[in-house]
Amino acid sequence: MITTFPIPNIAPLGPEIFLAVIGCVVIIADLIWKEQRYVVPAVVITGAAATILMVTQVHGQAFNGMYSADLFGAFFKILCLLGLIMGVLISIKNLAITGLTREGEYYSLMTFSCVGMMIMASATDLIVLYLGLELMALSVYCLVGLLKTDPRSSEAAIKYFLLGAFASCLLLFGLSYVYGTTGTTDMRAIAKAAAEGGLATNSAFLMGMGLIVIAFGFKVAAAPFHMWTPDAYEGAATPVTAFMSVGPKAAGFAALGRVLIEAFPAAHANWAAALTIMAFLTMGIGNITALCQTSIKRMLAYSSIAHAGYALLGLLPGTSEGMAATMNYLFIYLFMNMGAFAIIILLQHKNAIGEALEDYKGLAKKHPVAAGLMLVFMFSLTGIPPTAGFMGKFSLFMSALHAGYTGIVICAVIFSAISAYFYLRVIMLMYMYEPEKEIALATSGGLAAVLAIALAGVIWLGCYPSQLVDITTKALMLGP
Amino acid sequence: MDLGFPILSTLIFLPILGAAALLLIPRSKEGDVPRLALLITVVEFLFSLPLWFQFDKTTHLMQFVERKSWIPAWNVYYYLGIDGISILFVLLSTLITVLCVLVSWTAIKEKVKEFYAALLFLEGAMIGVFCSLDFFLFYIFWEAMLIPMYLIIGVWGGPGRLYAAVKFFLYTLIGSVLMLVGIITLYFYGGHTFDILELSSQTYPLKLQMILFWAFFAAFAVKVPMWPVHTWLPDAHTEAPAAGSVILAGILIKMGAYGFLRFSMPMLPQATQAMMVPMLVLSVIAIIYGAVICLGQDDLKRLIAYSSVSHMGFVTLGMFALNYQGVEGAILQMLNHGIVTGALFLSIGIIYEQTHTREIADYGGLATVTPIFAAFFLVFTMAAVGLPGLNGFIGEFLIILGGFSAKTWAGFLAATGIIIGAGYMLWLYQRVFFMEVNPKVSSVRDLNYREVITLAPMLLLIFWIGIYPNIFLSYMHTSVNHLLQQVNASTSSAQINPGMVLETALRFIGG
Repeated sequence: MITTFPIPNIAPLGPEIFLAVIGCVVIIADLIWKEQRYVVPAVVITGAAATILMVTQVHGQAFNGMYSADLFGAFFKILCLLGLIMGVLISIKNLAITGLTREGEYYSLMTFSCVGMMIMASATDLIVLYLGLELMALSVYCLVGLLKTDPRSSEAAIKYFLLGAFASCLLLFGLSYVYGTTGTTDMRAIAKAAAEGGLATNSAFLMGMGLIVIAFGFKVAAAPFHMWTPDAYEGAATPVTAFMSVGPKAAGFAALGRVLIEAFPAAHANWAAALTIMAFLTMGIGNITALCQTSIKRMLAYSSIAHAGYALLGLLPGTSEGMAATMNYLFIYLFMNMGAFAIIILLQHKNAIGEALEDYKGLAKKHPVAAGLMLVFMFSLTGIPPTAGFMGKFSLFMSALHAGYTGIVICAVIFSAISAYFYLRVIMLMYMYEPEKEIALATSGGLAAVLAIALAGVIWLGCYPSQLVDITTKALMLGP
Repeated sequence: MDLGFPILSTLIFLPILGAAALLLIPRSKEGDVPRLALLITVVEFLFSLPLWFQFDKTTHLMQFVERKSWIPAWNVYYYLGIDGISILFVLLSTLITVLCVLVSWTAIKEKVKEFYAALLFLEGAMIGVFCSLDFFLFYIFWEAMLIPMYLIIGVWGGPGRLYAAVKFFLYTLIGSVLMLVGIITLYFYGGHTFDILELSSQTYPLKLQMILFWAFFAAFAVKVPMWPVHTWLPDAHTEAPAAGSVILAGILIKMGAYGFLRFSMPMLPQATQAMMVPMLVLSVIAIIYGAVICLGQDDLKRLIAYSSVSHMGFVTLGMFALNYQGVEGAILQMLNHGIVTGALFLSIGIIYEQTHTREIADYGGLATVTPIFAAFFLVFTMAAVGLPGLNGFIGEFLIILGGFSAKTWAGFLAATGIIIGAGYMLWLYQRVFFMEVNPKVSSVRDLNYREVITLAPMLLLIFWIGIYPNIFLSYMHTSVNHLLQQVNASTSSAQINPGMVLETALRFIGG
């Protein structure tokens, strides 16, 4: 007897499959065109751009609702793909400077990690979510360690890997508790089972949830689970740092948001309390530790921790308004952070020259355009209008205040004022000191393109954010 | 009132676009930048004049209104308009910026185009603050101002500029972000709107009003600055370049007081009344403390900076007297202080450019070396002291009148501030312009034409307001009346005849 094997509808997975194929093509292309430095990046960029187009076309669910290509997912996928494109553009010249020669691996790892992020953004089942997470994380571990001759890079990779693996274990452990109490890994089914069974007070269920929250805390670098971040960010090649601080973080928030809102609405009070404490610590530790850094990469690492703290504010209310605010914020963060890192890369030379804050002294005199751009990104990261950073923070504060989280918002604005000090220090060094040593700029077409995109994003979203706000609001009306 | 084209938007964006244009000028042509900046600011000033002539003084409603949806999801509008309270500040801003360009003409030698671009950007943002009728839009301009001001102090300032710039930025930012929380809270209580007029027309529970009052206080009091959050001001004023000091003294610190008038008082009337006495106490402390500190200063700019603390104490005293004389006097005094202190900082900037010292001890006998300059400075000094016939007198007189009718002790103590004020200003004049000629300043040249043109408009305004203040007061009568009705709506709404107040004042000058 012949049993018919049902062919699943894989159309909703089209973009992910396509991008995975691109990742494989990159490896082959690298073997064929070894000498042409621009072929591989061009393939990735074209592929990612095509994937963005596909993402906008694909809708629907696959695998019995384990995977959902909805607007919420699409938003995060586009965000991650933009991060990929910008990440590739800033890498091209920097790889040659820092002596990272394994370009094929480099670009394919970036592509695969992006596939992982896309899966995370659309996963509606905890197992699928875990798959995406691991695909992303493993690729990024390798990327961090790719600078093999630099001991900092290897140390960073080991640290990141160990702590990341630890977090994955916690995640799986938590999943097992949740599965044990609800009998399912499907997010909506978990919510249903929790509501029907009154699991909001069940300690095993809450423990599982808590472990999941902690695991994602690791992934988005929220305090007190942020310890790996500064070292990993400092040790990795700068384009990798830029890439890591945007895409994986956004994917982490996408997954965390979906899990909390879809699977655990019944226990909102519990996880909101935990996240409030985490948000407070994250903003506090990130902003205050950043004050005393001497390396700009490390400073931006702490600043990125702090920004994760702000983004957590949007998750607290557990409403679509809050989630939309987090989405606005992450999207804006993509532009301002990529812009800031692009400037760092512009100044970077071999042996960590251009990484110290001191190297920025007098930049405005030598290279006024670069200094001017950095000025805009620093003010945006501080959250001063008319830059996009303000709009992002504003939407977060508004959603958290609407839900009544006044105390944490007051803390957030005060931390945000404190953060002005270290962002201003960069501006001060650039504009208010005399240049001490000659720093040549490593200009390239790719960097120029990223800077132009980032500047346009920061100014446009700062002056006219209504399109972004409409899109995120719409994305959440239909789900997650 | 409508001119057929969006005049307020023009006023806001002309300098901002001008700033962008200046940045595009190549380094090699940097010599033309001051001339171009002057052209832009003069055109801007001319554009602002129709406001003066076309303004309808008979209504408290907003005029020259522009309203467009901006961020529909948050119900934010691009909403501009001016009334009798804001019009004078818009005009003052456009005038003072022209003078700032003139005083920077030769003083700024490095990063020239960046300086003028920052100045023009600042002008656009300042006008935006005074014209915004949407709280969100207001906040955007309010914060955006920090960027150019921070750069102006930090890049082109004096030796202690780094410290002063950061202190200025952080002080104002912390105050502003607390206000932001207040704004969002108000948004949710006021029916999801940022419309200032709509928010002003509602009543809120007293407890909320008190919380919001202090949230707004954090932002406005720092900006004014009121005692005890004034400590950024002496540093910022002292270290800023001349143009920066003039804008700080002339416009920026007025925004704090403007904020109280536009937001705290009409939106939170009960809290304002409840907080009247604490505010009066703070104002009186500022008046006397600022004046006493002035007596001990040996730095020219620092002295004028502390005198600003004292003078702004008068302004807040007048506002929180919550009566007609007080509020009108406060608005006029804001204008006066902008003119007089602006003029003093312009003068000091002009002389500093030659002597490169701010130490009072390094001066002496300037009246024989630079007689024209001494004459200008004398008028400004007298105006600051409050000599009848000059503008300072009218404002202070109205404020003390208001103070006496609100709380006798407030009026009494404020008056002692005037006496100390006369003391330090005259003593300053004596030390700088009389006595033996100090060899360090014996070769200073007198004012040239550009410098005379820079100071002349201020001189003119000082006499104009001093002799015939009615023309300025007439712009604010209706709006102030309306404001006080809003504040006093909950208790009594005694109608006051505006003419009567002025008559009293004028009779006093005459006799």
